[in-house]
Amino acid sequence: MSVESTPSTEGAAVRRSAYDDATRARLDADATQVVARYPEARSALLPLLHLVQSEDGYVSPAGIAFCAQTLGLSTAEVSAVATFYTQYKRRPNGEYTVGVCTNTLCAVMGGDAIWEELSDHLGVGNDETTPDGAITLERVECNAACDYAPVVMVNWEFFDNQTPASAVETVDRLRAGEAVAPTRGAASVCSFKAMSRVLAGFPDGRADEGVGAGEATTRGTVLARERGWTAPPFPAADQAQPSDQVKGS
Amino acid sequence: MTEATTLTPVLTKHWDAERSWTLATYLKNGGYRGLRAALAMAPADVVTAVKDSGLRGRGGAGFPTGMKWGFLPAPDGGPRYLVINADESEPGTCKDTPLMLASPQQLIEGAVITSYAIGCDHAFIYVRGELLHVYRRLLNAVAEAKAAGYVGENILGTGLNLEITVHAGAGAYICGEETALLDSLEGRRGQPRLKPPFPAVAGLYARPTVVNNVESIASVPAILEGGADWFKSMGTERSTGPGLFSLSGHVTRPGQYEAPLGITLRELLDMAGGVREGHELKFWTPGGSSTPIFTAEHLDVPLDYESVGKAGSMLGTRALQIFDETTSVVRAVARWTEFYKHESCGKCTPCREGTFWLDQIFQRIVAGKGTSQDIDTLLDLCDNILGRAFCALGDGATSPVTSAIQYFRDEFEAGTHTPADVLFPPERSSLFTYTPRRRAGQLAGVHA
Ligand SMILES: Cc1cc2nc3c(=O)[nH]c(=O)nc-3n(C[C@H](O)[C@H](O)[C@H](O)COP(=O)(O)O)c2cc1C
Ligand code: SF4
Ligand code: FES
Repeated sequence: MSVESTPSTEGAAVRRSAYDDATRARLDADATQVVARYPEARSALLPLLHLVQSEDGYVSPAGIAFCAQTLGLSTAEVSAVATFYTQYKRRPNGEYTVGVCTNTLCAVMGGDAIWEELSDHLGVGNDETTPDGAITLERVECNAACDYAPVVMVNWEFFDNQTPASAVETVDRLRAGEAVAPTRGAASVCSFKAMSRVLAGFPDGRADEGVGAGEATTRGTVLARERGWTAPPFPAADQAQPSDQVKGS
Repeated sequence: MTEATTLTPVLTKHWDAERSWTLATYLKNGGYRGLRAALAMAPADVVTAVKDSGLRGRGGAGFPTGMKWGFLPAPDGGPRYLVINADESEPGTCKDTPLMLASPQQLIEGAVITSYAIGCDHAFIYVRGELLHVYRRLLNAVAEAKAAGYVGENILGTGLNLEITVHAGAGAYICGEETALLDSLEGRRGQPRLKPPFPAVAGLYARPTVVNNVESIASVPAILEGGADWFKSMGTERSTGPGLFSLSGHVTRPGQYEAPLGITLRELLDMAGGVREGHELKFWTPGGSSTPIFTAEHLDVPLDYESVGKAGSMLGTRALQIFDETTSVVRAVARWTEFYKHESCGKCTPCREGTFWLDQIFQRIVAGKGTSQDIDTLLDLCDNILGRAFCALGDGATSPVTSAIQYFRDEFEAGTHTPADVLFPPERSSLFTYTPRRRAGQLAGVHA
């Protein structure tokens, strides 16, 4: 089963090598649900690493040990996997990852200028965190939103069609603790830990927030309707749909 | 084609509906009729219908989808898996993501039909981890479909069972390569596997597995509802059906345009309001950064697999990234090269070392400090990667380089004396006005 609903939890920032009993019991219960989604337990490793980040804000030594024990792996095996993927952090992450797309398309449309502005404004470089712990700034690769270039991602929510000024406003509001809404996403950006818990497969109940599509997404849809363009109709219903009954397998 | 091509919305038809992502909206607009049609047929006939439709994989390589399903060995009583590739990370590609955000039930319905066709009772959707709201929508879509009896146990009373697990990746372009994806889904580093055996024979957990792209699977319900002939009535003889064309960059109205394969960029640009005002087309990618670039001379190439191939590129993911005359091709390709270097998984030497050296040379050329041998060295390096790399990432890394040199050699030559940002000031390409803060390569007093 891939969908579970348990309340989201925010653990305290920790840098210890093992969890206390209460935390461990809670994580064990979560891990049991994660492992149950897969025919083979090891497949749970990526979601479990997201779960660890939801607890500690990065892949902590305690988290690595927890994954290893849960799945019967060595800590070296877990580390080898964790270091392969860019979303797993070796150091405590800021509350918000602000990622500026600087792959070619966004870079040319203005992403490089946005990056320079944010880096100067925040006084941090790539994969560095502001001293207040609010923001980790990153240069990110194409995030599948090129029709909204230049794109900025905050905790992997879309901030479309950005400018240096709009990006600065976003980070200032985040640092001031205000709720900030992405262009296409939930009603407000959640914390890095809350996001990590969703990525571990625990829904936060926010799927119905936000738009279905932005303007660029529906341009073809809208244009076709305006011009009366359609795909050919399906053949007559009685031919195309043999019957409403279904046959067993 | 003599008649003007028009858009043919099938997948995109209801993307602007109120709460488009919900099961209720999907059902109101005819959702799950394809599944009912499929369940009234024998599984083998569903495979045949998809074969007959001519549907080719929408994830880049264009392999015939029904044929791929047909490669699975005869059932042996053990599990068989469907793994949907929702890793969408090829630079320029931005079609699966809006599909899953706006209408995830299309994918779920396609997954149920495909699973029925291939005899699978556990399907996986591997979605890249950098798409938080897409992941929420997918989890929700599975839950809704389950509650309504389209997924889970005893689907629509047929006795059919299907579990769907939505799995979030964690940031790695190479995990879009199907065998790397399978390793990643097994909880390992995402590195490609040696083929053969192909996933159809030994895929997830070494069991027979079908790996298909999101758009491929989402295209299946309409084929079952409308029939193979209906699907083939769009597109060209060997590139059938509609597909999502994603326009981005220096274009007036970027976005998703669903049209029959074989439409041209000229037609699409016309629909999208043309290249941004006051500018003209310089170069573009037909199918993402791994497909050789095209120029204005290719505006009338029909965007189908055969015609794009004949013209020297690949249809890829129909990611049409448009760049106007203000853009430095050297800067553009340098940035893609940096991407490939960063994303090379390191498993094989030609790609790991080759992309490293390509990047080194590009840094020189961008700074206007290239040497007279650099163009030849770039071409030699590409020659050593192409066809020698373990997976298609390496080959893809060479595409923009060799094609850019082919069409814009003079710009590479200019890189021996003038920085790219002097030849092409970046603020002229940007979609907003700004004053550049630094210009590393700027020569005193020179401003082109
Ligand atoms: C480096 C690399 C990245 C890829 N990324 C994706 C991807 O993000 N999504 C996708 O569907 N296919 C991707 N592919 C292609 C897959 O390997 C595979 O061909 C595809 O998922 C098959 O599905 P289809 O036949 O439905 O197109 C990638 C291939 C390579 C070499
Ligand atoms: S070609 Fe590159 S990405 Fe592919 S296996 Fe070799 S090193 Fe890894
Ligand atoms: S290049 Fe920035 S989202 Fe694609």
